[in-house]
Amino acid sequence: MIAIDICKTLYGSMGEMELNVDLQINEGEFIALAGESGSGKTTLLRIIAGLEKARGTLKVGDEIWMDAKHALPPQKRKIGFVFQDYALFPNMTVLQNLLFVQKDHALAAQLLEMTGLDELRDRLPATLSGGQKQRVSLCRAMMNRPGILLMDEPLSALDPAMRTKLQQEILTLHKNFGTTTIMVSHDPSEIYRLAGRVVMLDHGRIIQDDTPKKVLLKTSGSQKFSFEGELLDIVQVDIIMVAIVSIGQQLVEVVISPEEAASLHIGERVTLSTKAFAPILSNR
Amino acid sequence: MSELFAGIELEPFLLSFKLAGVTTLILFVTALPLAWYLSQTRSKLKPFLEAVTALPIVLPPSVLGFYILWALSYNSPVGAFFEETFGIKLVFNFTGLVIASCFYSLPFMVQPMQSGFESLNQNMLDASYVCGRSRWMTLLKVALPNIKPALMTAIIVTFAHTVGEFGVVLMVGGSIPGETKVASVAIYEMVEIMDYRSAHIYSGMMLILSFLVLLGVYIFNRKHNKKLGGFQ
Repeated sequence: MIAIDICKTLYGSMGEMELNVDLQINEGEFIALAGESGSGKTTLLRIIAGLEKARGTLKVGDEIWMDAKHALPPQKRKIGFVFQDYALFPNMTVLQNLLFVQKDHALAAQLLEMTGLDELRDRLPATLSGGQKQRVSLCRAMMNRPGILLMDEPLSALDPAMRTKLQQEILTLHKNFGTTTIMVSHDPSEIYRLAGRVVMLDHGRIIQDDTPKKVLLKTSGSQKFSFEGELLDIVQVDIIMVAIVSIGQQLVEVVISPEEAASLHIGERVTLSTKAFAPILSNR
Repeated sequence: MSELFAGIELEPFLLSFKLAGVTTLILFVTALPLAWYLSQTRSKLKPFLEAVTALPIVLPPSVLGFYILWALSYNSPVGAFFEETFGIKLVFNFTGLVIASCFYSLPFMVQPMQSGFESLNQNMLDASYVCGRSRWMTLLKVALPNIKPALMTAIIVTFAHTVGEFGVVLMVGGSIPGETKVASVAIYEMVEIMDYRSAHIYSGMMLILSFLVLLGVYIFNRKHNKKLGGFQ
């Protein structure tokens, strides 16, 4: 059980903000931290890791990691941390990066085998691709058999195919090592695939804390097809108005009335919905 | 060739390089913790320390030399202490020159090191802490190997700058042959007695040596950056 009850004043691009988080996490859970940028996700992760100071308390099991009097240094927390920019040691080979944490050759060999990095063990990070680098970073994070694995948008710099592969590897490692995992992510499909619980932050506060299905599926229960998108443009074609909406990676055209057009603003978030009694799902 | 160099003493040159070597060695060891601290601290003391460190760059060498001369002489508590306790005189000898050079060249060692440390990816240092490594180990195993070009620059520039030192050396050391008469002081004296031939040879040697040293630094830095593919 991890009990987080912390408070910290942040000075960001949007001025002063109070990060105020009260959160209980069970052992072995996989948590996704979501929310807009600047909502305090990374700072929360860094506070748990001991890389940043805060007021309040942090308890992990029976151990107190932080309270009013003292804070356990990051070196003694036995956590794994995966950074968005990999943060590998450029002067060390793949194997040396792993052994830097602990001289456990057997574990290093096992991790490299699991992630298919075996043949790259003697290469320097500069010669690896993004996906390979993040794998090394993931392996390095597992080298001290962490109780808690923290990941800060680990896959956001990778292409979709590589993401899917690495998601599977993250899940395997999470299960095999029995870690409690907290991952910052923006990608709904990634969250849905990996996490058992989503914590949504907004301006430093938790605004939602539930299963991915409840948080992410905005239309659950209703017989409605509904998508969120961004209104890119409104064009007049002959006598009708057409709105162009970007949903996910796709652009959609929708016919709207002049009255509707007047009430919409280009650039705003819109919901596109239709009653769908029997939606058709087919293979591509 | 041998005719050209007839009557040219190499002693001032050797002395210059000995002084620069000793100064660089001492400064490397002492400036390293200071530069690391300055790069990592968020303390309010930082601007104060940075300003003090940079002072020798802006102060006229005569001012710096005068203060050092005063501080090391028997008239100051420091000079008096050393002379009474250890029987060491700190002015007009080689020891005094080394002390003065250490002050004079300090910013040239600290500043490249500090900017090298500051250019490191903070996440990489944090990763090392999370891996269980202390600040000291992180400095040795992660920070230092990844700022080799900055270290090289710091060492070479400090060395070269100490070789090229004139004002402070003259103030603190005078011009005692074999003890404090370094190449720059020797050239000054040659010009003063209108021995232009020797001045030319000395100055030419200084010019060529300095150029070769700097060329070496830039070639090394280029090769190193290629090898690591720049910094991550």
